[in-house]
Amino acid sequence: MRTYGQRRVVITGQGVVTPVGLSVQSFWEALLAGRSGVGPITSFDTSELPVKIAGEVTGFDPLEYMARTVSRRIDKYAQFAVAAAMQAMEDSKLVIDDANTHRVGILIGSGYGPTALVQSGTLTLDGKGHRGLAPWLSAATSIDCAAGEIALKLGATGPSGAVSTACASGTSAVGEAMRMIQRGDVDAVIAGGADNSITSFDIGSTAMSRALSRRNDDPQRASRPFDKERDGFVMAAGAGALVLEDARSAERRGAPILAEVVGYGATSDAYHPTAPHPEGLGARRAMQLALDDASVAASDIDHINAHGTSTVLNDRTEAAAIRRVFGDHAPNIPISGVKSMTGHMIGAAGAVELIATVQALLTGWVPPTINCDDPEDTGLNFVPHRPQEHDVKVAMSNSFGFAGHNATLVVRRYEP
Amino acid sequence: MSNERILAELAEIVNEVVGLSANEVQPDRHLRDDLDIDSLSMVEIMVAIEEKFGVATPDELAAELETVAAVIAHIESNSPVGVA
Repeated sequence: MRTYGQRRVVITGQGVVTPVGLSVQSFWEALLAGRSGVGPITSFDTSELPVKIAGEVTGFDPLEYMARTVSRRIDKYAQFAVAAAMQAMEDSKLVIDDANTHRVGILIGSGYGPTALVQSGTLTLDGKGHRGLAPWLSAATSIDCAAGEIALKLGATGPSGAVSTACASGTSAVGEAMRMIQRGDVDAVIAGGADNSITSFDIGSTAMSRALSRRNDDPQRASRPFDKERDGFVMAAGAGALVLEDARSAERRGAPILAEVVGYGATSDAYHPTAPHPEGLGARRAMQLALDDASVAASDIDHINAHGTSTVLNDRTEAAAIRRVFGDHAPNIPISGVKSMTGHMIGAAGAVELIATVQALLTGWVPPTINCDDPEDTGLNFVPHRPQEHDVKVAMSNSFGFAGHNATLVVRRYEP
Repeated sequence: MSNERILAELAEIVNEVVGLSANEVQPDRHLRDDLDIDSLSMVEIMVAIEEKFGVATPDELAAELETVAAVIAHIESNSPVGVA
């Protein structure tokens, strides 16, 4: 049943910054080509670390999207978010003016936020004392910084802020943004996620948690969701942003409607700081809640963009959870693990993967799970190696985070 | 230190903080209206001036410095002798 009012929520614009492409088009082409964005870390010295690979964003020029006075005052995670948001706004042709400014909100998820600035600021404090700290660091080292910058740049004066649910942040942001529109708080939200957690601190600490792949000698084959030989996820950086709008407002202005967001489910495992619940209770409930919210049956789902991190625990639990929720229909569903190519963009992952899910709706192609040479569950279709053509009308995107945060979205091809 | 030297060093600081090329930093320019230096940039510039010239600028005084010429005069009159 539809539990939140009558307003329908549609996607009218999309933007991405990823290790495999700096626009939706180049990102999607890379996914269909099965191209990996993982390589040796170049942004700092990894000689002391057990993990030396990541999905870095390369070739990104912040000045294409913002003035230097802005770019030097914000962390790269926020630069990526601003860039993705500007792309999405251009895509949607939404104009923010005096008439609608207070009806537009910004919600940007991030798992770790501006960690590079926090790290460099801490080192400065240690070396030079507080007078060495730039005056803008106070604002720039907060998790809401990206949302604030986007609101400032667009002149959007509705509610703005951050959502932080670890690896589910991007999905949570879109889901909560959908609710803001359904409730009637606003008519449009620029929602998404961003992270740039490729610092010695992030890589070092996550390696210590034993969550990262150590396949340093073969970076492009390190991220291998659902494959038996997987040994952890690959940290990656990026951002994804979507323009969500009330369907009527979007139709009235003749906006390009890409898809409808029809369901959102969010739960917590309340089980362990990093490990998922062994029976995937929270994940199952998130998927079921999203299906119920969308008023669609499990058998209606044509495609799943999996969380699929390439950790032993996530992938085993997620595959079992999909089997429990979808029953006999599970083997019919093409399940894509695009982190095999992008790596794990943490707070950006959910937003970017929702965009991949929308692209599958629009094009009839589902992206592959590369490196899935020998799947642990041989009865499911993980779309190994090559994309597959499927008529996708309704699709699901999963995100499950550390601390047991689970979030699932369901999108549908838009029919007025 | 000559005013020309101070201007050249100041231009370098302004370039670093707000990205303006050195030749835009001229004595008659207004910091906020002409050079787009906001309150946060002003704090950064004053910290850099202290490091480079050994001249501290209390916040109340910084708020009164409106032009490049005023900043140069402030540095010139407060600079310790012998600072290169």
